[in-house]
Amino acid sequence: MRKLVSIILLGALAFGLVQAVKKIPFGVQKTKVGKYYVERGIEDTGSSNIVTSVVLNYRGFDTLGEVTILFAGAIALGAVLFTGKKRIEREVYPASPILSTACKFLFPLILLFGAYIFIHGHLTPGGGFQGGAIAASALLLIFLGCPGRKTDGRKTRLMESLGGIIFVLAGLLGLAYGGFFLFNFLPKGTVNNLFSAGIIPVLYIVIGFKVASEIAGILDNLFGETE
Amino acid sequence: MAIAYILIILMILCAVSVVFFKDLLNAVIALAAVSLIASVLFFLLQAPDVAMAEAAIGAALTTAIFIVAVKKTKRYENEKIS
Repeated sequence: MRKLVSIILLGALAFGLVQAVKKIPFGVQKTKVGKYYVERGIEDTGSSNIVTSVVLNYRGFDTLGEVTILFAGAIALGAVLFTGKKRIEREVYPASPILSTACKFLFPLILLFGAYIFIHGHLTPGGGFQGGAIAASALLLIFLGCPGRKTDGRKTRLMESLGGIIFVLAGLLGLAYGGFFLFNFLPKGTVNNLFSAGIIPVLYIVIGFKVASEIAGILDNLFGETE
Repeated sequence: MAIAYILIILMILCAVSVVFFKDLLNAVIALAAVSLIASVLFFLLQAPDVAMAEAAIGAALTTAIFIVAVKKTKRYENEKIS
């Protein structure tokens, strides 16, 4: 009986969704703002990756909110997992030398790849969030492949706090120079150069460090054990 | 775009099998497969930014976090927590 009711409810929900979506034509330009971004994005922001110009310039304030949510999530996870007691120092079984050597060899390469992605966020696909996640996956490799290694929690927290502070400070400097939050006050330079697009690369590097240290902190909290 | 249809069918199969696996480790791996196929589909739809985020976060980091969670709680669905 309960299953029948839930199937009927799900069917009604699916029917409603299909009816709602059917009226929207697929792939048709309905708002002018999307066209504006595609046509004027490069001139306005100096960033050749239009996605980046939307994320950090036109919608920069939303990105600040996104970063804040990630920060709150990391803190909540830490509050749940880390109860303030001392960590159990368990006996760790060393991994085989082949595995740990391979992990140590791959770690800097993956970290470099992540850094490349968030430094070139305004030129090529990717950006702070993607690059930070890739850098954090390098740390995950170390957590898995070389058991017993830990990150220094104080340093990761310092790094992510500094990242947030620099983001907000850049926004406030824009407010002071140009009259609105996250105004692009640095020179835009030539398009397609590494040093172009004003504050966008700065913000993406900051976001990359912040995301990487946040996820590294989450992973460290998960892999460690408290009483 | 025949490859896209094959990938979508595979993705739906993986997503349904997540619900039916009794071994939660298998369910986590199937979820990772869903994320991986989603990232390939994003790439085929010419959204490389989203594809990168999905591959790094959905397929790698979320899977690792879920595996640690399974390891710390219980592995099979009907098992009691000791």
